Amino acid sequence: MSGPTSSPSADRRILAVQGLTKFFDIKQGLMGRVAGQVHAVDNVDLYVNAGETLSIVGESGSGKTTLGRCIVRAIEPTRGQVQLRVDDQWVDLTKLKGAQLRAARRHFHMIFQDPYSSLDPRMTVLDIVKEPLVYNKLAQGKEVRRIVIETLKLVGLEERHLRRYPHAFSGGQRQRIGIARSLVCHPQLIVCDESVSALDVSIQAQILNLLKDLQHDLHLSYIFIAHDLAVVEHISDRVAVMYVGKLVESAKSDEVFAHPRHPYTEALLSSVPQPDPNRKSARMILEGEVANPAHPPSGCYFHPRCPYATEKCKNETPQWREISPEHFVACHHADQLQLKGML
Amino acid sequence: MNRLELHDLKTYFFLDEGIVKAVDGVDLTLGDGETIGVIGESGCGKSVMGQSIMRLIVQPGEIVKGTALLHRKDGTQMDIFALEPNSPALRSIRGNEIAMIFQEPMTAFSPVYTIGQQISEMVALHTKVEPSKIRDHVVGLLNRVGISNPSQRFDEYPHQLSGGMRQRAMIAMALSCSPKIILADEPTTALDVTIQAQILDLLKQLQREEGMSVIFVTHNMAVIAETVERVYVMYLGQVVESTTTQDLFANPLHPYTQKLLRSIPKPGQRVDRLEVIKGTVPTPIDMPLQCGFASRCPSMMAGLCDKKMPALVEIEPGHFARCFLHSQETEPQDEWTNI
Repeated sequence: MSGPTSSPSADRRILAVQGLTKFFDIKQGLMGRVAGQVHAVDNVDLYVNAGETLSIVGESGSGKTTLGRCIVRAIEPTRGQVQLRVDDQWVDLTKLKGAQLRAARRHFHMIFQDPYSSLDPRMTVLDIVKEPLVYNKLAQGKEVRRIVIETLKLVGLEERHLRRYPHAFSGGQRQRIGIARSLVCHPQLIVCDESVSALDVSIQAQILNLLKDLQHDLHLSYIFIAHDLAVVEHISDRVAVMYVGKLVESAKSDEVFAHPRHPYTEALLSSVPQPDPNRKSARMILEGEVANPAHPPSGCYFHPRCPYATEKCKNETPQWREISPEHFVACHHADQLQLKGML
Repeated sequence: MNRLELHDLKTYFFLDEGIVKAVDGVDLTLGDGETIGVIGESGCGKSVMGQSIMRLIVQPGEIVKGTALLHRKDGTQMDIFALEPNSPALRSIRGNEIAMIFQEPMTAFSPVYTIGQQISEMVALHTKVEPSKIRDHVVGLLNRVGISNPSQRFDEYPHQLSGGMRQRAMIAMALSCSPKIILADEPTTALDVTIQAQILDLLKQLQREEGMSVIFVTHNMAVIAETVERVYVMYLGQVVESTTTQDLFANPLHPYTQKLLRSIPKPGQRVDRLEVIKGTVPTPIDMPLQCGFASRCPSMMAGLCDKKMPALVEIEPGHFARCFLHSQETEPQDEWTNI
């Protein structure tokens, strides 16, 4: 299988997504006639380097969760490629079937938002964490228990927790159980879908530190799906901004926060409240709401809310282009606009 | 002048497992036209405090002690906690004097009535607007909170509106009887940042124009920093620190506040590791008499913090803290201390 080779830094990549698209059918009537399609993820290109964190940000309904789920094939993408590097071989996850797909699944994993509903209340911690090991036949007998205990220690839990049920743990501890489960097969890529959003600030800091430590020690790559931009800035190496199913900008984290090139990114950064009562900067309030992905506007999807929109934006869809090295943007006027960052 | 004075509020929950002192001796004042914030993590009692003010506590919970002195629009005073449950006097306060904005407008609205019907009901019950003019009045309110096409939205059901629109409708409902006090319980937590900015802006503008007093209950430090004038920090049912917002961020006195402020990621000040507060909030069932933060505090003094309960003391003018680092005073005991 041929891998993506367009960029010189391609040898560091472990994931390359090309043209990933997911349309959901809107069904109507008794016969389930297809009346339209929701463009949840629309022609997304992105990549992840080994050992780095790529964050995907956007408002609710922008398709970031669907994108994450398509990447791990929790749902079937409509079209597109998801190439993962496994033992120096590029594997297109969208082409795999049956046993092949199941075998590939141990190389990536997902951590969910809600630590209360994502763990089976009738399974003990041991059962929850060992399941991927046993399923993938990576260990047997006493070995299983040893690996589970080792993994629990990695995430700050102990052997005495093995026989307990999820209800006996606090939210932060439950999230640790979910992380242990996702680590137990030594995956390369972990998709964190709003993994700290449901936690209190003091617990959120513990989990963020844990994720960073694990990344450093185990050389993990993360796709971090989040809406809290302060958290995103803290954890990310690179950031991709999504709006109505499309990526509008992606670049190194510092670049995005200091020098955004897309008006939507600027507006998003401007609306983040800052923990500083002395800040008196003018806030750019974005009018209106996210466009309906079943009936997206013409041209650039953002033009009805964009303060810089022109006639061209209404008629032409902007191309996804590399405006400076590793800085991608989809905006007609990115070259002329002087946008304000957050830093 | 103060609109609301809460004194020594204690709301306990009597469970089979033991007693949870959800709110344990909270004092709070709300000035005329003032915006105050109540901040804390989940389980600190901030929502129960808000619900106590509205008398929305149900079994097994009970307001066991305290007064809530309300200065009413007509100039009279009233202790909300002394009123009979479900009495006409209490109903005249809810919505009319104090209105509440909830976190999740989808569950706060009934799904089987239109937005217009639900707001109209409130107007009909609490104001003297003529029945024939109620619709126009409500459409005017919807317009006021920035809902486009208000006369069309009037006839729509909650599920037809987006999250931001629903929260606007909720605010319209809260405004419908021109209350003097708005109690907003996590009003923007369920919303996106862009919509959150819109709603915070709207609340500020309405508060300025109507001269309302606002109590803002939230867990978000950044929202507090941008919205309120004075802050109460709650931990395990008690206020551990209270002062002006400026002062709280510049000069936090209580170790919990200090740690909390350092544990949030700050945009533009990237650090490698965030500071953490070790451990978790203890289970609040049958807590021993001690400083609630003692088990997690970096400055814990053995024999003092784990044996006695510090009192909330004015350390600097207007700046209160409940910590033995700043004052040796202990919390006075009453009949509810050792139950």
